[in-house]
Amino acid sequence: MTDAVSPSGTAPSARTLAIRASLRRRHLVEGLFRALGLAAIILALGFVTLLFADVLRKGVPAFMQSNLHLTVTFDPEVIDVGPAPARNTFTSEAEYSAASLKWQRDVALLNWNKIVETALREAAPAGTEIDTRQLLTVAETNARHQIREAFVADPSLLGRSVEIDVLASANADNWIKGNIDRALGDAQQQLSPAARALIDGFVADGTITTGFAWAVLTNTDSRAAPAAAGLLGAFFGSLWMMLIVIVLAVPIGVASAIYLEEFAPKSRLTDFIEVNINNLAAVPSIVFGLLGAAVFINYLHLPISAPIVGGLVLTLMTLPTIIIATRGALLGVSPALRQAALGMGASKTQMVFHHVLPVTFPSILTATILGVAHALGETAPLLLIGMKAFVASVPVSPLDQATALPVQIYLWQGNENRNFFEPRTAAAIMVLLAFMIVLNGIAIYLRSRLEKRA
Amino acid sequence: MDILDTARRTASPAAGNAMTSEMLDTHRIRLTARDVTVHYGTKQALHGISIDIPSHAVTSFIGPSGCGKSTFLRCINRMNDTIEGAKVGGTIKLDGEDIYDPSLDVVELRARIGMVFQKPNPFPKSIFDNVAYGPRIHGLAQSKADLDEIVHLSLRRAGLWEEVKDRLSEPGTGLSGGQQQRLCIARAIAVSPEVILMDEPCSALDPIATAIIEELIDELRENFTIVIVTHSMQQAARVSQKTAFFHLGKLIEEGNTSDIFTNPVHKQTQDYITGRIG
Amino acid sequence: MAALNEHIVTSYEDELINLNKTISEMGGMVEQAITEAANALLKLDHVRAQNVRQYDKQIDEMKARINEAVISIIARRQPMASDLRFVVTAMQVATDLERTGDMAKQLAKRTLQIESLALAPKFYNGVKHMTDLVARQLKAALDAYSTRDAKKAVDVCAHDDEVDAMHTSLFRELLTYMMEDPRNISQCIHLLFCTKSLERVGDHATNIAEAAYYLDTGRQLGVEESQRQQH
Repeated sequence: MTDAVSPSGTAPSARTLAIRASLRRRHLVEGLFRALGLAAIILALGFVTLLFADVLRKGVPAFMQSNLHLTVTFDPEVIDVGPAPARNTFTSEAEYSAASLKWQRDVALLNWNKIVETALREAAPAGTEIDTRQLLTVAETNARHQIREAFVADPSLLGRSVEIDVLASANADNWIKGNIDRALGDAQQQLSPAARALIDGFVADGTITTGFAWAVLTNTDSRAAPAAAGLLGAFFGSLWMMLIVIVLAVPIGVASAIYLEEFAPKSRLTDFIEVNINNLAAVPSIVFGLLGAAVFINYLHLPISAPIVGGLVLTLMTLPTIIIATRGALLGVSPALRQAALGMGASKTQMVFHHVLPVTFPSILTATILGVAHALGETAPLLLIGMKAFVASVPVSPLDQATALPVQIYLWQGNENRNFFEPRTAAAIMVLLAFMIVLNGIAIYLRSRLEKRA
Repeated sequence: MDILDTARRTASPAAGNAMTSEMLDTHRIRLTARDVTVHYGTKQALHGISIDIPSHAVTSFIGPSGCGKSTFLRCINRMNDTIEGAKVGGTIKLDGEDIYDPSLDVVELRARIGMVFQKPNPFPKSIFDNVAYGPRIHGLAQSKADLDEIVHLSLRRAGLWEEVKDRLSEPGTGLSGGQQQRLCIARAIAVSPEVILMDEPCSALDPIATAIIEELIDELRENFTIVIVTHSMQQAARVSQKTAFFHLGKLIEEGNTSDIFTNPVHKQTQDYITGRIG
Repeated sequence: MAALNEHIVTSYEDELINLNKTISEMGGMVEQAITEAANALLKLDHVRAQNVRQYDKQIDEMKARINEAVISIIARRQPMASDLRFVVTAMQVATDLERTGDMAKQLAKRTLQIESLALAPKFYNGVKHMTDLVARQLKAALDAYSTRDAKKAVDVCAHDDEVDAMHTSLFRELLTYMMEDPRNISQCIHLLFCTKSLERVGDHATNIAEAAYYLDTGRQLGVEESQRQQH
């Protein structure tokens, strides 16, 4: 032990050397561990970047879409229909609405394609030789509905010419964006040579321009008019489900966590429940779908493919997550705080609600938002309760048929018009991610606000 | 055995301390414990503790770690109830009323017997809300003005008013350790309890903060019955009028503080307080 | 009281042991000083008397050392219970010993002032008895202190009455001699002062015994006795 008192300034003793040797070894191990950790982070970041880059690369162009500027003439010869019924000529509301409906039906039966054709021919350079079928492939099939709706809204347009923007067809969009190889032979092209030439001409003379694809955000899904297919229906479907999940899963989950953690006596039964909740969190989500189909649809006869069923299934799926996270947060509250409250003569309920919950609120909120975000991205259980059906309307209540964002992504991913729907799928993914980022952003904001207050 | 000895000892106070013991005798006995036992599961933590605690005096419990002094303290306001598997036997009476009587509400008991903990544990709320909490939940304030008055008085009694009067709305957790502990004392006295239990209230504080708290304890003695558990024998000697020595879950000796620290009867007490290997 | 265990802090234990040793040394030295002074007086040995004055210096030094040690222990160790009693009584005992040392010096001084070749034999016996008794008392008191023996201490206190009685009888005797023959007056006055000093030494021995009693029992001997008398 003389080493311990060896005076400084002399040559390092054997003991110091031994320590140095072991230090070198320790630093080496530490450096290695740090390098591995860094490599893991870089790898993970790389994958995330790859994912985002791919989605953005494919998705961003899908937010731009080709529009046709047409001068539409509401030719009275084609639009062979009486004047729209006016309210003041009818004595009762019922009669008026019956007459209106009849008029609208008559309007719908008119040959609106003729109007579209005429407008296209007018826009085409003089001397263009193209048959009607091929000509109509340039505009999206919903162009006629758009023009009809313009007329229904304003019957005074009859006989006049107005400028109306319609969507170019999905195939035209593909051709313009180069999503389809222009070098391919005619047999493999979706559009005839004449139509392709016309489209190129339209692009050159400014009849076709590229604009923001509002259709993605404001339209519901569409099969007949792929260029007009949008996410609005799926978005609202998801929104309804999230509302149901938040309204049901959060109170039920937090309440059961509080009961189990704070009030329930520790017994075999509570142990059993705890084990089961933990197991439930690990159950594959598709099993929840099966359960939902069996219980909510077959037994309770709730409407198939409705957000209410989806919301209930996702609630069941999210509950264990919220319960476990909340229990964890409650466990983490320092016993000193509980003792302080009890020592002041607070009852157990007062202790929980006055002191424990406010402290744990930020973590419960985070857990909840993460659970909800997870539910938002869930697809498999929804497939089993019929939410993969094609729904071309916005659900106005949770009982209406609807689809959900992830299911919409799944559906578009399988669409036969690959060239058009691959970018649009990526765009849908971007919308879903944005939805999640907003949810998480709210969580982070609330959390920091609450933590500052605490 | 030990208890018999102890009883004999208190019955015939040493002549040299006649004055102090007389002083204590004028104080009414506020708490009486008889044969109190505590089991944690199969482990017995306390073996038949019997002690009388006088009112308007400071009684200190000393003893090595794990001797049961804190456990006994927690029996007095039934904090042991919150511990899973803890079983308390014997009787503890507050002014002749059995506190383990099933008809007695533990919440009411804790309003009558306040507690200050080892680590300062103010609520993560404002200073005002910390002190106002007790009066609020027990419905002791009739109006906002009432509540203000209670908070003001409690903080003043705890010697904290001058330091915090301008920042009552700031969080109590932002105060220094000593201030936090005084805030906890203010919080405890805001409900005007009869007894204040203190579980090593200065163990996390520096000597100056400790001295301030000790001074405060001495002042509070006028209005409250105080029981303090402390690891510091010097602190017990400084602040208390009565001292009880616990060892291995037993009450070895109790008596006037000056007797215990100058002339303890039991060898174990002697060994412990003089710092010898027992 | 049962034998004490060792302190957990050994340096504290060492300090207490050292203090005890210094007290014993001081006690030994004071005893020696008293014996030496008594012998010098009885034989009117001026050389010895000069020696006694040397002791006094050392005794004062020891007292200072003990006081310092006591203050340091109180400041740094905060002694409790029997340790506290030991440390406090150590200071008292040191003071009493120092005063006893002073008494030895007084005796030596008187010895030097008695201008005679030898003490008259009739004076000798009485003074001899008293010095023997006082030396025995001092030794017994120091014994009681170092062994922490309350019983011995009580004995010492009980014997103090003997010292007082002897002092009174010696006073009368010397007074008689002075009345018999005025030539004795000078020597007798000196002896009278010496017996007074010896009586004082007896008182200090009693003080030390009382300290020993307190050290052992934690109770004050004087108060106990006065209470006993009241009953």
